[in-house]
Amino acid sequence: MKITINRFNGTKTYKKEFHIDRVTTLLNALYHIKENIDPTLTFSSGCRSGVCGACAVMKNGKEVLACSTTVEDTDVIAPLRYHDIQKDLKVDKSRTKETLKRANAYLHTYKDEILTANDEKANERQSDCILCDSCYSACPVFAVNSDFLGPFSLSRAYRYAVDKREGDSMTLINAIQQNGVWDCTLCGECTAVCPQNIDPKSDILNLRSLSMQAGFSDPNMMSMNFGTSGFL
Amino acid sequence: MIDILIIGAAGAGLSAALTAKEEGANVVVATKRLPTQSQTVMAQGGINAALGNIEEDSPALHIEDTLKASHSLGNKEMIRKLCEKAPQTIERLERYGVPFSRVDNASTPLSSIAQRKLGGASRKRACYAQDYTGLKILHTLYDRALAMDIDIRSELMLLDLISQDGKVSGALFWDIASADIVTIKAKSVILATGGFGAIYHGYTTNAYGSTGDGIASALRAGGVLRSMEFVQFHPTALKESHILISESARGEGGYLVDEDGNRFIDELAPRDEVARAIFNKIAEGKSVYLDIRHFGIKKIEHLMPQELHLCKIHAGIDPSKELIPISPTVHYTMGGIAVNEKFEIEGLKNCYAVGECSEAGVHGANRLGGNSLLEIVAFGEEAAKSALSNLKESNEIKNSSFVKKDDYLNLADGDIKDIYAIRKELGKMLFESAGIIRDEEGLKTALEKLEEFKGRFEKCSVAGLDTIYSESVTDYIEIKNSLYIAQILLKSAIARKESRGAHYRSDYPKSEEKAYTVTVSIKQGNLSIEMDKKEN
Repeated sequence: MKITINRFNGTKTYKKEFHIDRVTTLLNALYHIKENIDPTLTFSSGCRSGVCGACAVMKNGKEVLACSTTVEDTDVIAPLRYHDIQKDLKVDKSRTKETLKRANAYLHTYKDEILTANDEKANERQSDCILCDSCYSACPVFAVNSDFLGPFSLSRAYRYAVDKREGDSMTLINAIQQNGVWDCTLCGECTAVCPQNIDPKSDILNLRSLSMQAGFSDPNMMSMNFGTSGFL
Repeated sequence: MIDILIIGAAGAGLSAALTAKEEGANVVVATKRLPTQSQTVMAQGGINAALGNIEEDSPALHIEDTLKASHSLGNKEMIRKLCEKAPQTIERLERYGVPFSRVDNASTPLSSIAQRKLGGASRKRACYAQDYTGLKILHTLYDRALAMDIDIRSELMLLDLISQDGKVSGALFWDIASADIVTIKAKSVILATGGFGAIYHGYTTNAYGSTGDGIASALRAGGVLRSMEFVQFHPTALKESHILISESARGEGGYLVDEDGNRFIDELAPRDEVARAIFNKIAEGKSVYLDIRHFGIKKIEHLMPQELHLCKIHAGIDPSKELIPISPTVHYTMGGIAVNEKFEIEGLKNCYAVGECSEAGVHGANRLGGNSLLEIVAFGEEAAKSALSNLKESNEIKNSSFVKKDDYLNLADGDIKDIYAIRKELGKMLFESAGIIRDEEGLKTALEKLEEFKGRFEKCSVAGLDTIYSESVTDYIEIKNSLYIAQILLKSAIARKESRGAHYRSDYPKSEEKAYTVTVSIKQGNLSIEMDKKEN
């Protein structure tokens, strides 16, 4: 079968076709090419089992983990979007660290609290995140606002905000107002691509509710014209 | 000047970094990938602590189980330290916000943490977060590290420690982004670089990068290695892909069956025994399966969502309806850098080792499931405390600017392709000769074959590669380390002429009465293998 890889050599991008035998996963295909055809093919990988997040790429325009997806004839593989490409499929993920920091996504003040099996459910899914950056790549807000905190940071903020052990959720909520919950368009692309079935869109909606309860309001609402002021 | 340089940013490295930073030290953490792209995230089953939340338990029982599994090679003092520190380690993680699985109607925060039984444990002792325990612990430590503003430098691949007469003053790294050698100097250095299971390429649950880089560098700098022959084989990896299926599957009541549907071993015996029983079945030409069909889909989804997903993708099966074909696979390396009770590396000064790269005496000849996550978090903290007590300016050091790229990379004409064939052949050879069942002849043949691999490797070159952001250069360095470590593994396995724990010799099937350890160091430029009788 034939697969096409969108490559980048430091100065220019180009397409390269490879003919390979059928293999189980896309990651195995990439390794097959690197080990047998072209050792310069560059991509990131780690655990091979979908928990380290290193091997996220685009397959036919959709974010996937290379280790957890099959590969078919005529597939086109490309690096993640909204990331600086370092080489071929390897992208700069250093902004992950920076956005997580800005989102204040951690437990601020520990409070003694006896949790239950139900409490475990409150943020079980959000804490499955592997930081693969797929949601960041799928998010159209980054096309217009590169300072947006993005889906994974907000889901992680939500994880801590709803943790009963958090004694200072106000600081958390504060940190996600600017370039945060209100900048999301609720398109749900992040939810659609998450390999861990996390639903950042719902988390962001829930964070909006928590923000309202904390006294914040939707800045988009404030700037809306309801058709009266123009006559004054 | 940097107080503490920590190499490795997974569980052990971040635990150490947090302790050091909390004490006000100037800390730098260097990692060859990103912190969350590490081996710790792959730990699934749990982290041991005798909390007694499900049934009565005590640190004394935890110590007893761990000692027993170590086959007389565990260091009693270190095991006591580990097991007694376990409850407060869980408390530390609870305070950081680790989202553990819970039980209802608890009376204190710690007693609400759910616990399951893993192999070789006499009690339900492993605290867990579904089957994502390592992932959730590591990500929470990472969040904490970002909150503490710890200086984490990614994509720095360790080349060597900077040392003179055994005094360590920093390390040399290959900077993947700039394709150049960079130096980081510090008053104390902590190695938290992980194990070497990936040298069994193609026959391991480990990530490709677990090539013992830190272990190799410690030996080259003058440090001592210990128990390198002890490699743990996990009983249940998926047959073709060698993807791990967690011990929690058996802990929750899964069966091991042969192709006739018969059970043939106590599923919760220690890993070495279970792995050998499965291996023997396979050697008879039979297939072996893990059977969790009786759990039903609901229970599998609830307790083992990750296993369900992995079975579907890598084996194309639904474990609620089908048997899971399995085979034992390299999973963990018990041996590593010999450290004393303060985690100082034997033979070196100002340098510490912790986690899988170290041999701290807690696993001996076989590790219990749930003790490695405990070791990295608990001992990460202890190693940092030791390093914190060693923050004097170090002595004059060799000027590392004399180090050139071609000290590490072959820049002569040639190409790199053969390194990948070597990696594959090495993995297969090690699995066959230094695998679950070993003998002198096989080990010695492997050692000869290894010389041939080294000869081929020397002809491989990175010339002609654009080395900036190159993954091929990191592969080159990792495979070079793999060949170096393989030699030590084989020689240690030859030296141990007995069977004990995970090291099973068909030509010496019995354990000797008096336990001893095999240590490795460099003396007058040569590898020296010695036997130390233990005083326990």
